[in-house]
This record gives sequence, C-alpha cells and structure tokens, in this order.
Amino acid sequence: MTARDEVLARIRTALGPDRPPPEIARDYRTTDERTVAELLAVLTDRLEDYRATVLRCAPDAVAATVAAALDAGLGAGWDPASVVTAPGLPGPWRPGGAAEDDGRPAAELAAFAATLTGVAVAIAETGTLVLDGSPLSGRRALSLLPDCLVCVVEAGQVVSGVPEALTRLDPAAPLTMVSGPSATSDIELNRVEGVHGPRTLLVVLVA
Amino acid sequence: MSHVFLGIPTAPRGVGHLRGDRPFPEAAREALRDGQLRANLGHATSTIRAKRAAVVGELPDWEQLRAAGRAIKAATMARLDEHLLELEARVTERGGTVHWARDAAEANAIVTRLVRDTGADEVVKVKSMATQEIGLNEALEAAGIHAWETDLAELIVQLGEDRPSHILVPAIHKNRAEIREIFLRTMPDVDPHLTDEPRQLAMAARAHLRERFLRAKVAISGANFAVAETGTLAVVESEGNGRMCLTLPQTLITVMGIEKLVPTWRDLEVFLQLLPRSSTGERMNPYTSLWTGVTDGDGPSEFHLVLLDNGRTATLADEVGREVLHCIRCSACLNVCPVYERTGGHAYGSVYPGPIGAVLSPQLTGVEDNASLPYASSLCGACYDVCPVAIDIPSILVHLRAEHVEAQTRLTPEAVAFKALAKAMSNSRLWRTAQKATRLGRLLARGRPILPATLPPPASQWTFSRDLPTPPKETFSEAWAREHRR
Ligand code: SF4
Repeated sequence: MTARDEVLARIRTALGPDRPPPEIARDYRTTDERTVAELLAVLTDRLEDYRATVLRCAPDAVAATVAAALDAGLGAGWDPASVVTAPGLPGPWRPGGAAEDDGRPAAELAAFAATLTGVAVAIAETGTLVLDGSPLSGRRALSLLPDCLVCVVEAGQVVSGVPEALTRLDPAAPLTMVSGPSATSDIELNRVEGVHGPRTLLVVLVA
Repeated sequence: MSHVFLGIPTAPRGVGHLRGDRPFPEAAREALRDGQLRANLGHATSTIRAKRAAVVGELPDWEQLRAAGRAIKAATMARLDEHLLELEARVTERGGTVHWARDAAEANAIVTRLVRDTGADEVVKVKSMATQEIGLNEALEAAGIHAWETDLAELIVQLGEDRPSHILVPAIHKNRAEIREIFLRTMPDVDPHLTDEPRQLAMAARAHLRERFLRAKVAISGANFAVAETGTLAVVESEGNGRMCLTLPQTLITVMGIEKLVPTWRDLEVFLQLLPRSSTGERMNPYTSLWTGVTDGDGPSEFHLVLLDNGRTATLADEVGREVLHCIRCSACLNVCPVYERTGGHAYGSVYPGPIGAVLSPQLTGVEDNASLPYASSLCGACYDVCPVAIDIPSILVHLRAEHVEAQTRLTPEAVAFKALAKAMSNSRLWRTAQKATRLGRLLARGRPILPATLPPPASQWTFSRDLPTPPKETFSEAWAREHRR
C-alpha cells in the first residue's frame, strides 16, 4: 500500500462510517456600519500603533505626499534612482527618475533603498495592508527586500475587518498581509520593530 | 474507543522529539531549582498575558469566533480524508507536488531526497513545529545538508545548541543578556560591542542571515493553515524571515501535519482573527503569506507539500482525545499555565510543552511513552478558558489519566484510588458515603486549613507536591439542603 492509501485508510478506520460534520454558526461580525471616514481613522490609529507612519492626502496630491513620505523614510535629499516602484503603479504617483521593477534578480532588488507600491485591500480594524502580486502591488520580493516600504492606499480599498477583506481577494494570487514594519517578539516577548523585512513602513492614504 | 485496539500506529520511537529521556516530575524538580529560568519565564508570560487580554477584550464577538473556530475544526476532522484529497487535487492543479508520509522517518526521507535532487547542500528554514517534531534538521545533517534556522528564537536555540522550550518563542527561557552572550560566542562577524538591547540583537540576526537568504536555493517551511477548497497554504509570522524563505529560493518544501486543514477559503476569516490575538497578543501579526501552488515570475518555481501523519490518525481514533487535533499552536495555554510558568518547556521532554503538550504528545506517541505528562497539570482550567478553539484540555487530561491507569498491569496505589473514585462517582449512595468518610481527615488536621504533608505512605506520595485542604464539616449538598430548608 502507498503511504497515501495507508494514511487515508487509517483516517477512515479512525472515524468509522458514521461521522456527520457539525453545524458551523457564523454569528460573528462580517459587516460594519461605520462610515468611510471612521474606518480611515481606525486604520490610521492601528497603523500608527505598529509604528508605521501615515500621511493623508487628496487624490491630486499623491506625488507630493509620496515625496514627503520618502523624505521621512530615507532622509531629505534621497536619490530617486534608489527608489523602485511596482510595474503597474500609476505614472502620476511616481517620483521622477524612480526605477520600475522588471523582474531583476533578488540581490539587485535588495540594493534599492526604498520600494513604492499600491495595495489590493486595507483592513481598518487590524491595520493590515494586503498585497496581491498584481502589477499595482508588485511581486512579493519587491515589498520585502528594500529596507523602506511606501504603500499608497485609496479610500475605496479600505474595508472594516478580515471577513470583508477575504471576499475581495483572489485565493489563487500570491498574497501578503502586512501589518506594520517587520518585528519580533522573540526577546522576552516584547515587540521590537525591524528584523528581516522592511524596517520602515510608510502609508500614503488617499481620500 | 481506544486507538490501541484499532491497530493504527503511533509516532515511532527512535526518531524525532516527542519523548523526553526522563519523567516530567523528575525534570520539573530540576527546573524548579533554576531561579533565572523562573524569572525569565515569569517576566515573559506575564507580559504576553496582559497583551492578549487587551486585544481579545477589544472584540465584542470573540466568543462567537471561538465557537466558530471550534466547529470548523470539528467539521474538518469529520471529513478529513475528503478534505485532504481535495487539497491534493488543488495543489497539483496549480503546479505543486504532494507527498504523503506515514511517520517522521518517512517524512525525513522524502525531504532529504527532494533537497538532494536540487543539488543543494544547505537549506533555509522557517520556524515549524512539524519539522521539529520529526527531527528533520538532524536527518538533513546526517545526509550532509545544513539547515539554517532563520526565526530569531530558533536561531538563538540553534546557535546555543539548546532545545526549544515554547511553541511560539522557542528561546523564551533565555533573557536578553544570555542571548547577547550566545551571539557574541557563535556569530563569526558580530560586532564585539554588541549590547543586550533587543533592537541591536535583532539587527545582529538580520546581518547574520541576509546573505544566506539571497543565496539559498531551497527553503523548508511548515504551515499554519491549508485551505482544501483552493489549495492555498498560509504561514503567519513576524520577522519577514518567513517571507524570505517562501519567496526567494527556487524550491520550497512545506511539511504539514494532516490536521492543519480548513475546508474553505472563508474559514480563514475566523482563524486569521483568532490566531494573532491569542499568540503574540497583536491585532494582526506583521506578515501573513498565502500561496497556492506556484506563480510564474513570483516566488519559487517548484513547490512540494509533505503531508505528515506521525500519530495523528491514531489520535483521531480516540473520540475524546481527537479534539487536540484542533490546536492552532497559538501558545496561549502555555502562557497562562501555572505549571508551565514554573517548570518551563524542557521539563515536558517533547517539543510540545505546556497544557497542549501534556495532551498532544502522549496521544501521538501512545500514552505509555509519555505516561507522566497527563499528570503535569493542576487541572485549574486556565488553558481551556484562553484556548481560541475551546479545546477542553482538563477533560482530556483526566481521560488520558484514566487510559494510562487502565493500561497498567501493576496496580499502583494511585491507580487503585482513581478506580475507586470513578466507581464512587458513578453511584450517588457510594459517593455520599465517601464524602462523609473524608471528614475523618478533620481529626488529622486538628483545626488547620491544610492537612499535614506528613501523611503516612502511600498518601505521602500525593501530598509531597500538593496541599490537601482539610475536608469541610459538611458537603456542599448538605449545606444547600440545610440553607434552603423551609
Ligand atoms: S491548545 Fe488552544 S491555547 Fe493551546 S496552543 Fe493549541 S490552540 Fe492555542
């Protein structure tokens, strides 16, 4: 017997023939009555709690706000050529002179100082940005290797909680949920920001 | 129903880390003498308990989520064979390869062969309980393949040639000063002026591993969840070492216990709320990666999923004990356990310590191989209260004690006592008589609230490490009858 057949046979022996699955009551919250303005305030609060920096702006001020975010993340006078963007990022959001990700090897990607991407969904209650591997979010390595990550989030992408976010996502896509900068709780169970992922997370919130 | 009679094999001896080399009471007595260990554990667990309580209290629907989590897991187990086949079909459709392993030895052999096929002589690893359970690192090492642990706490344990003592934070028994000392001693390029500031320690780990992530050809991970309906796997982490391993190498090998499944994509909406709040006490952990097979131009081009039994089907055969397979390894039960807080994780012998370890390890190995673990608890019930999937750990402990007693051929005084207790509790007349008989103990106590520890043997065996309260003047039912008499 193959291992597969044997494990399956063991399961059937263990459970026996009579095994009705129990009912699952989904009486937890799946929707939310809060207004967009309230959700944006909650998202900002949660992100700042993780020590991310949030900059709010109007739709026509994204480029200037991205520049301000990079000032905060890299220090004034940063080199535009040290910034790499997701390939599908709208042109008007990009700093002039920034590179676009073209699938180059990881070691080259790691040499950039900062990455600029959009997101697929943002979850207010948990302060989470979800990147889905689309041209707007970029491939997974892009938001991982450079030490500073700037994400542009539009108000229409913000949902209240985890259940609503999952309905908007494609399970087949490579998904990354980002909640603050990289961190660890491994030393005396205290959260310390910054280990292997980006040590700085800046969010440009467009509303 | 007991699995012993169904002939389903438990986790084999001689491979992996499910058995200690001595019984719990002996190991615990030694751990209790280590004041530094107790201080480190007390500090860490009280920090995390407060954080967990705050973020759990924030959700008005926590109890509903908890009940849903429990029901989803029970539904998963009821149809485990079908869900596994569905997972296999979806992963295969998306370009992955699924392997099945009856036990630790078989899983180690599969992974070793897969790594050899790539020609690599080193792998990077994401923290995974399953690979610790089967002793994968040792198996790879024996085949000339070096495994780099990349999770900070795992790295501390690996560099310190130590053993993990907690399922979430394997180096919880080490404080910052001890970690600094390990890094200074074992990291070749470390800054000699390294202080014990946690941020500096984290930076040292980053520098130590950066190059290895960029050059690694093969990564090995575990999985927190797998979705049968879509073939999606999930790894929940904090540092980004998981993302490095899941994204950069060409080949990814994931080793997963067969119980880690959930049936549908929607089920994740429950567990992605329950897990981070219960484990690190955060609203969400920094990074969660979800992937389905392979994706062109993004991440590994080869993906292998190894499905591991190693005693899980034997556990499934026990109608009471199978509930431990619902565990999502959050570690909340360890953090609230008064026994764990004092003894630490090493005393449990197995890689699964604390309350969950006390009910899981004896079932994976068969209770005779971990016979002291079901007794490593005061049955206070704190573990049940915090468990995000409401596993009734105290009841399973009692069930396993009974099974252990049952399996013993030689009758110990304790076994006789438990058998007599079971008999008395099943008959109300006998029970009332027994309760009245305990009043004789009042004579021994002579007015003190606790009976003297110097009871004659065999009772002294029991009272050596336990306070036995002086029996009350009347039983609860007698008092009730008296106070409510009209
Ligand atoms: S038994 Fe419950 S509380 Fe303990 S680790 Fe498992 S899920 Fe968490």
